[in-house]
Amino acid sequence: MELSTRETWTVIHGLVLGTLFLLAFAGGLAGLWSLRPGLITAAGIKERMKRLYWGTWIMAVTAWLTVITGTWIVYPWYRVKLSPVGDNLYAGCEGAIVPGPSCSPRDFLKSNVSGATAEWHGLGMEWKEHIGWAAPILATAAAFLIVYYGPRLIARPWLRAAVITLFVAAFAAAVVAGAFGAFLNKVAPVI
Amino acid sequence: MTHRDSNIPELAELGLADKPDGPGAAAFLAAGIGVFVLGLLTTLSEVSSGLGSFLGSFDFGLGVGALAGKSTITVIVWLVSWAGLHAAWKDKDVDIRKMFWWGLWLGIVGVLGTFPPFFELFKG
Repeated sequence: MELSTRETWTVIHGLVLGTLFLLAFAGGLAGLWSLRPGLITAAGIKERMKRLYWGTWIMAVTAWLTVITGTWIVYPWYRVKLSPVGDNLYAGCEGAIVPGPSCSPRDFLKSNVSGATAEWHGLGMEWKEHIGWAAPILATAAAFLIVYYGPRLIARPWLRAAVITLFVAAFAAAVVAGAFGAFLNKVAPVI
Repeated sequence: MTHRDSNIPELAELGLADKPDGPGAAAFLAAGIGVFVLGLLTTLSEVSSGLGSFLGSFDFGLGVGALAGKSTITVIVWLVSWAGLHAAWKDKDVDIRKMFWWGLWLGIVGVLGTFPPFFELFKG
């Protein structure tokens, strides 16, 4: 049982950091949702807020680590041009059923040598690589707001809803990026 | 202006000091600006191959391409706008609802700018 360097980084980028992000989001959302009058005692608020601060900042940091490893480590392996020979942009991909030494995942998808795969790049990867960067920005803003207002959010339902909106938007951006990432890694793995 | 609701006994027990809304408003608006810039750069780099090459020059030869410039400039604009707005509003009571809605609309337009069927309409 072994993983190559590239496989290890895709596991760190997608599975390890992605799982941490999901856990932190679930905990954070539950904590934010329960910041309502009459639900928690003063002692309970103090105890819960600490967990909420940690959870939301872990989510933000995880989102940053995910986009940084994705963009600067994994993405160059995905997009490197390996297949062109003369005028044939995808010569190295001929007969391929998965990407390989002469056919990067992007070349493989765009070449359509193994079915109609070009849209996985044109829609999936193109959206994933951009929308993913919205997640850490939104998650950091949400974490700041949660720490800045703290328990005061209990007394301000509208503001609490606005922060939840920001928090969920960060998650939604990560879901688009993460879901396409999972599918892309099935169709054209970085190996 | 006070933002605390004194009718909530568990909060009264905590004795929290009131805080101005300026820093909160700055965070909402700056987040919207950040996502808007991300979408704007994504779409503009389709319009102009020159801009695409410029954005690609941020990748230090690592093969990231234009995404390096788009993400780096986005993060810089977001941080600078946040720091500027925070400094300007840190002791002020800014209309946080208004800034939330501005941030939300900017963010929605930004997300649209990152959506391939949209930005490909402008492909040069």
